Order: sequence, then C-alpha cells, then structure tokens
Amino acid sequence: MTLETNKKVGIFLACAVVLAVLPFVVGGAFGNSWVRIVDFALLYVMLALGLNIVVGFAGLLDLGFIAFYAVGAYTFGLLSSPHFGIHLPFYITIPLGALLAACFGLLLGAPVLRLKGDYLAIVTMGFGEIIRIFMNNLNAPINITNGPQGINLIDPIHVAGVSLGSTIEIAGISFHNVYLYYYLFLLLTVVVVIMGFRLQHSRIGRAWVALREDDVAAAAMGINIRNIKLLAFSLGALSGGVAGGLFASFQGFISPESFGLIESIMILAMVVLGGMGHIPGVVLGAVTLTIVPEVLRDVIGPLQMNTFGRMIIDPENARMLLFGLALVVMMLVRPAGMWPSRRRKAEFRDDKVAADSAQKD
Amino acid sequence: MDIFFQQILNGLVLGSIYALIALGYTMVYGIMGLINFAHGEVVMFGAMITISVISGLTGLGVHLPGPVLVLIGLAVAVPGCMLLGYAIERVAYRPLRGAQRLAPLITAIGLSIVLQQVAILIWGRNYIPFPQILDHDVITVFGASITKLQVIIIVLCLLIMGGLLLMVEKTKLGRAMRATSQNPAVAGLMGVNVNTIISATFVIGSGLGAIAGVMVATNYDQAHYYMGFMIGLKAFTAAVLGGIGNLGGAVAGGLLLGLIESLGAGYIGTLTGGVFGSNYQDIFAFLVLILVLIFRPSGLLGEKIADRA
Repeated sequence: MTLETNKKVGIFLACAVVLAVLPFVVGGAFGNSWVRIVDFALLYVMLALGLNIVVGFAGLLDLGFIAFYAVGAYTFGLLSSPHFGIHLPFYITIPLGALLAACFGLLLGAPVLRLKGDYLAIVTMGFGEIIRIFMNNLNAPINITNGPQGINLIDPIHVAGVSLGSTIEIAGISFHNVYLYYYLFLLLTVVVVIMGFRLQHSRIGRAWVALREDDVAAAAMGINIRNIKLLAFSLGALSGGVAGGLFASFQGFISPESFGLIESIMILAMVVLGGMGHIPGVVLGAVTLTIVPEVLRDVIGPLQMNTFGRMIIDPENARMLLFGLALVVMMLVRPAGMWPSRRRKAEFRDDKVAADSAQKD
Repeated sequence: MDIFFQQILNGLVLGSIYALIALGYTMVYGIMGLINFAHGEVVMFGAMITISVISGLTGLGVHLPGPVLVLIGLAVAVPGCMLLGYAIERVAYRPLRGAQRLAPLITAIGLSIVLQQVAILIWGRNYIPFPQILDHDVITVFGASITKLQVIIIVLCLLIMGGLLLMVEKTKLGRAMRATSQNPAVAGLMGVNVNTIISATFVIGSGLGAIAGVMVATNYDQAHYYMGFMIGLKAFTAAVLGGIGNLGGAVAGGLLLGLIESLGAGYIGTLTGGVFGSNYQDIFAFLVLILVLIFRPSGLLGEKIADRA
C-alpha cells in the first residue's frame, strides 16, 4: 500500500467514525431536535445530489425539482396511511415512489428536450407549480390528495418488525426515533453518493459533461442527446422520489405547502452554492444550507433581545433576508461555489481571464 | 353568451396588465438575453408604495379626489421602482456580465427573496386593502359589466404600450436599444454607451412594472408581499407566448394569455362536468407556456430561431 492510499483509507475511516457517532454527539450536546435537523440535512443531501445530476452534470437548469420529491412523498403517503386505509410496507412504497418520480422525470423531460437555459428553467418551474396546484385541488370530486389539509398519520418505516417511529432500547440505551432514521438516511445517502460518483466517472457521466459543455459537439461525437437528457432527468428524479418517500414517513404528515417553489430554489441554491457538478461540494452546500438557517433561527431572537432589549426583526424574516443576501453575495464573490471541482475552477479562471482581456480590448 | 362576453372583458383587463409587465421582461431579455427574475417584486413594490402614499395622505387629512391621490401615489412609486430597477441591475446583473448563465439567475432569485422580506418588514405579511377612494361605477355593455376603472386600465395600458413602441422605433434612445439588442459589442463601437442603455432598459421596464402593480392592486382591491411572484410568472409566460424580445409580441401575448385564462377559468367547470373548477385557473398559464415552447419555441411573433439557448 502506498502512502497516498493509506491517507485515503485514513480519511475514509475517520469520516465513517464521525458519521457513526454524530447523532449521539449532537443529541448529547444540543438535544434531539438537532438530531432531527441532521436527519433533514441528510434528506437534503439526497435531494441536492439528485438535482446535481440534472443541473451539475448535464447542465439542464431545473427549477421544478421539488415536484419529484412531492411525487415520492405522496406515493408513500397515499399507500401507507389511514387515508385510503392501505398500509403497504416501505420496500414496496419507496421503490414505487422512486419509479413513479422517474416516470414524471421522463414526462417532464420529453417535451422540453429542445429547450435550454432560462427557458428550461421557466418550464420546469411551471411543471412544479402544476404538480402543486393538482395536489392542492385533487380533493374533489374524488378525494385523492386531501387537498391543502394534506395527509396525516403516515406509517413510520418498519425494518425487521421494528418500527423506526418509536423509541427502542438496545442494551439499556434508548434510541429515539430520530436516531433510527438517522442511520437509515445515512445508509441511503451513502448509496446515493456512491451512485453519483460511479455515474460521474462512467461513460454516461462523461456524456453528460459533453452535453453540458457543447451539445452540438456532443451529438457529433455520437452521443444520443435525447436519451442522455432523459436519463439525467429520470435518474435525478429517482433520488428525489426516494427522498420524498423517506420524508413522508419521517414527518408522518405531508401537505402541498412543503413542495413550493421556494423549496426548489433552496435545493438549486444548495447545488450552486456548494459547487455544481462536484459531489463533495454539493454535500457541503446541502448541509450548510440546512444547518445554518436553523442556527440562525436559534441565534437571531436571543441576539436581538440581548443587544437591543427587544425584537426588532422577526427571526423568520431575518433568516430569509440573510438567505437571500447570502445567495447574492456568494454568487458575486465565488460564482463557482464554495467547493468547486478542480475542472470548474479552472473554467472559471479562464472565463475571468477572457473577460478581463475582452474588457481591455 | 353573457358569460362569454363577460369573460372576454375580464380577460382584456387582466391581459393588458400582463402585457404591461411582460414588456419589462421582454425588454431586458431582448437586450441582455436574461430573465429578470426580480421584476415581479418591482411590480409588488409599485403597488405597495402607492398604497402607502395614498393612506399616508388620507391619514394626514388631505382631501383630494381619488384619481388625483392615485396619481400622486404613482408619482412616488414610479421613480421609486425605477431606482429599484436600476439597483437590481447594478447589484445582481452588471457584476456578473459575461459569467456563466446560472450565476445571474441565482443572484436575481436571491434579490427577489430579499425584496420580499424587505416588503414584509415594511408592510407586514397580511393583505393590504387598496384604499376605497375610487368609485367602482359599473358600465353594462351587451349584458356584460365592466367598471370605469377597468376601462381606464385597458386604455391606459394601450396608450403606454403605444408610447413605448413609438419610443423604441423613433427616438435615438430606442435606436440605441435596438442596436444593443442586436449586438452589444458593435453597438459600443458605434458610440452607444451600452451600460447606460442597459440601465435605461431596466429603469423603463421597472417604471412600467410600477404602473402595472398599481393597476393590479386597484383591480383586486388589495396588495400582498407575495403578489409579484405569480403575476411575474404569468407576465413572463405572456412574453414567451408572444415571442420574447419582441415588444409587439409581449403585448399580443399578454392580451392573449389574459383571454385564455379567463375563458378557461369560466368554462372549465362546464366543459369537464364539474370535475375541474376555476381553482385550476393558474394552470392555464403554465400549460400555454409549455405548449408554446414545444410547438413554437420562438413565440407567436418571434423570429425563427432553431434553439433557444
């Protein structure tokens, strides 16, 4: 074994240990509500990695990604809750939701094959809104989605007869449900991350990059643009669907409100702020954008009370304000994201040099 | 038949407002090739500022006829929104000119969030009623009713749009704008100050947006910090429908979209036997958008372009 691989194995093991004990450290220090936030961070990592396939690898700007999350969540919600009285196990509902989301991905992808850039963004945004409007209104004449009230009492996931929704005791230590879900989410996140890496370095991944850089040249090189675009849409939607199903069972409640445009924007921001097309960057972006707003929620209120003696800005308001400002400032300061891939970083440097020289001309 | 005519009138009112906002999108797109995502927020600010000015004046005990109050409100809101539009361009677009396409989109979305939150800080999260200072006299035409206010909205929109088209076609500024939209580099070589032209485009578009915002607020009798999102999206749809970058197209697209929407909402219930109701009204805009982009990506009046990048 070389020193280099030794180092890699060391980093890998350190990460594994940190991730394994993380919920206990967080839970011990800040309480279970923070473990819950960590769980959500993992869900968002899955979503952001799904969107990264579409936006980061294939360069197709998708502003309606949350629709696939919604499809996964509603599939799970409808098929394992008292709403229809159906209680299918998760190993049927989650794959079904993912498959259905992938089909919706194809459904969206097929008509927009010819569109690029901003046009694609607007159409996907419209698609996301259409899905949301349907979820909101499909309670009449036949009640399918229960309209704005959403679906309640969704079954928790059962693994080997153990419900992840309850607190269980192993060897005298009680595990709250947020811990159990943490390990399930972690497992699936790792699967999605590995899938992302394998895809990126495969023939398909290279085809996506070619498509992103220049679709005409890619077509000339023998890449089937249509199929490769559809594949990007459906694979991205697939992981969105999985995350949606997990969300439904974890939360136990879903309503159209959770699937608004702002959520799509949030996920896109995770991908772009983290570093488009760079898996570690996207993971960093997703974790940052989940955790930081929560920290702000806890900090802004007390901070104002301490410094001014009263609330000047409503914390929720201040949180969104800072989020918006952060988006603007980040894009102005680091347009390639927090942790861009080496390749993109180089591209940006070239762009900058080219732009500078163009200005001098 | 009455319903049909009524929906046509409603559609024309809605459509002329869409058209006015669509002009703001299409002008910016024509010159920079970018969607100004924050334009809807400018529309919202126009409505909010006008309402504040009017209620401020009436609160001070100023007694003036309703239309004069609205004009005073507009006299504050229009320059305010122009300033806002200028600031948006300087902050979100100019530093990123020549960068990858996604970057300005994200900054615009970020600014749009910031503007909404600022609106919440100033005006709160609730719907703000438009002060009851305008009379809602109803005129009946062929069994359909329309208020005088709505007639004024339509006429005013048509006048403004006509004026804008004249300006773009006949004046020096308009010629410079057209030159910049064709080729900024060459326009620069011909002595056009491209930066000024781009700023002017944002300023004019925002001014139109402010007027449109006031029209929306008077038409629905209320304003809200989130109103810019949906109306902006629909106006953008109108711009695409007409052929983005084409001013006449934006007007035609806006009117057409307004008509499609109100006729669709009026008839969807009877057509589908009550399965879908008028609560699906918002879907029409998106369906139209998707269909247009599939079958005629260049829009109704747009030039033939094979691929939209």
